[in-house]
Amino acid sequence: MDGTQNGLIKKGYQWLDDRLHINSLVEYMGGKVVPQHSHSIFYYLGGITLFLFIVQVITGILLLMYYRPGADSAYESVKFIVSEVSFGWLIRSIHSWSANLMVLSAFLHMFTVFFTRAYRKPREMTWYTGMGLLALSMTFGFSGYLLPWNELAFFATRVGTGMAGAMPVVGDYLMVIMRGGEEVTGATIGRFFGLHVAILPLMTTGLLALHMIFIQRQGMSEPMHWAGKKQEDKKYMKFFPNFIYRDALVWLIALNILALLAVIFPDGIGVVHWPLGEKADPFGAPPAVIRPEWYFMFAFQALKMLPAHIWFIEGELFGIIVFGIGGLIWILIPLLDRRANENKRSPMIMAFGTFVVLFMVVMTIVGYLVE
Amino acid sequence: MIKFILIFFGLMLFALNGFGSDNNCLSCHFDFEDEGGSASKFAKDIHSQKGLGCADCHGGDPTLDDMDDVRNSKGFRGVPNHLEVPDFCARCHSDAAYMHDHNPSMPIDQLAKYKTSIHGQRLFSAKDKKVANCVSCHSVHEIGNGQMPYSSTHPSNLPATCAKCHSDKDYMAEYKIPTDQFEKYSSSVHGLALFKRGDLGAPACNDCHGNHGAAPPGVSSLAAVCGVCHALEAELFEKSPHADAFLENDFPMCETCHSNHAIFKPSDNMIGTTESALCTECHAADDGTIGLPTADSILTSLNNLVAAHLNAKQSLDEAILKGMMTTNEEFLLKEVVQSLIQARTLIHSFDMDSVAPKAMEGIAKADTVVLNSAGLIDEYYFRRKGLAVATLIITFLAFMLYRKIRKIEQK
Repeated sequence: MDGTQNGLIKKGYQWLDDRLHINSLVEYMGGKVVPQHSHSIFYYLGGITLFLFIVQVITGILLLMYYRPGADSAYESVKFIVSEVSFGWLIRSIHSWSANLMVLSAFLHMFTVFFTRAYRKPREMTWYTGMGLLALSMTFGFSGYLLPWNELAFFATRVGTGMAGAMPVVGDYLMVIMRGGEEVTGATIGRFFGLHVAILPLMTTGLLALHMIFIQRQGMSEPMHWAGKKQEDKKYMKFFPNFIYRDALVWLIALNILALLAVIFPDGIGVVHWPLGEKADPFGAPPAVIRPEWYFMFAFQALKMLPAHIWFIEGELFGIIVFGIGGLIWILIPLLDRRANENKRSPMIMAFGTFVVLFMVVMTIVGYLVE
Repeated sequence: MIKFILIFFGLMLFALNGFGSDNNCLSCHFDFEDEGGSASKFAKDIHSQKGLGCADCHGGDPTLDDMDDVRNSKGFRGVPNHLEVPDFCARCHSDAAYMHDHNPSMPIDQLAKYKTSIHGQRLFSAKDKKVANCVSCHSVHEIGNGQMPYSSTHPSNLPATCAKCHSDKDYMAEYKIPTDQFEKYSSSVHGLALFKRGDLGAPACNDCHGNHGAAPPGVSSLAAVCGVCHALEAELFEKSPHADAFLENDFPMCETCHSNHAIFKPSDNMIGTTESALCTECHAADDGTIGLPTADSILTSLNNLVAAHLNAKQSLDEAILKGMMTTNEEFLLKEVVQSLIQARTLIHSFDMDSVAPKAMEGIAKADTVVLNSAGLIDEYYFRRKGLAVATLIITFLAFMLYRKIRKIEQK
């Protein structure tokens, strides 16, 4: 029986190889290696992010079968999903948990790449596409937050789009484009829905493909302290099957954690929560506390703490300009950190990175502590 | 230089004394009155806020500097005595044309109503100087309307305004009426709503007794007074067998069971044949009516509904505690509460055929809540079991993969 099975597999493989020349790809993969050192664990963060993105796509498609956008149907359809559809509650819970965990792992992935300076030549393009993917992930989160059309989502989106409206020159136009009018209405759901299920997935798939191609072509970045090491002192593992198996093991662990969280906390827990609550009422009183999702909290809190005016500029506008400049510096790090290409230390860049991490952590904590 | 200083201070004094002012009354009255006197109170008065001055009520020429000159000036009316006050105020408040210019939405029948009130009748007929006139309730120079929180006629202040006289035993002694109304009202369901919960819609004295036409409601009109707010109860009572019986026996309709000023929060135990029930005060087992059996049946129906509601709530609370989606059940439980309210209202029909169907309707809904909640709790345990199985399978796969990795790496 086993012999017959193996024979069939071999025949099938041969059939494919005759047509697609898979052998050359397998040989290429077989030659790939992954550096093994004390920070090797960080290599799995990108894989976890990818796994969570795949979960997002699958659960998103399942939700799409019942979700109906519109001010009169969005809330009702989500309520139907979680209360009537078999395992609908689980699909929504997994979708929400994996979304939050994906943004978290993407952030961790970015910071580990930053502090190991893996963005240095020749991986600048990988860094840029990665930054693009992180921005897309956050936009996924922002656009998905409104879709249940509940009270909290409505007011948080009103505040969020209002902040975009404070941007210089294009702010007002941007806000109207985002909202589909002056106010957050059913038209906004239509736009956010289109963005969430069509535009963003398309852009993400394209950018993700580029990001993966770059990684496959260039391999994993070696740590900087390996620069002076002899080749025989460097330790590697085969990409296939060793690293792939390890990656699969990490994915299984991630799936297990995801299942536990989704079943035990279907509405989230603590500051990461998404209870359906009451339907959005544009004429109702806003909730006592309006908070954005946790990954926007640092920016939200920082803008809230700014005075009404700084010099002659409005406080909020000043904050947005500073964030814009800061974000641009962060994206352009591969260009600014020239010393990294020469394997030299860059204390200024490291200090900047440390400041950014501390700022984000402190502001997020303050945001949740201050009512 | 000294001349210059004298001229400067002279001008200052002149200016402070109301040089060029239209109303010199206040400047003098401020001088000889203590703080808190009429002149200082008048700033809060609604008449002052509407631009009226002293002379608009008291007459005279307010531009004159000397008090004696003012008293002798044309149209001076001075201070009215207790008996003159109603006509003094009515000069404007009963003048449709004048009031139209100042406050068109305000009624102009206060004096006419006052004359029909016990207060007005005693003032005008018996020349009783102790009964309330306009200023007794509205104050003299601090008059506000019902919306002003400091006003004596603001709903939260009104019971105390009436109590100034009606709770004064010595003052009321000669009228031979009780003086415990305020005390009773304060602990009543209405008083607690007004004073404790700050519900300005809760009835105060004037809502039952009238204000300018204040009079105690009679036996026959009591249901109409209570029925202004409790319309359904009043309508059901009017159609019940009790309506005629109460009238024949001179029993005040609502008051007989609920009392008047000390209206306590009603409970289901008021009906039935238990010790705390009120039905047995009039009915007896051998009185030849179906009174007591009906009361017992109604109480049983209500108790069943209350028990069903409690049971449903406990089941639902357990489902909520387990984090299940219970929006529909919570809504249904609200309908059970609604049925209970309606059944309690229907008691006033004293008809088992009205109360029982409503109670049954509520019990059926409560049973549905219990059933659905049980289903949700089962679903919760199903989820937990499913999670355990899934976690076990994933952990097993992970373990097998780990062994495979170890095997490969040991080669």
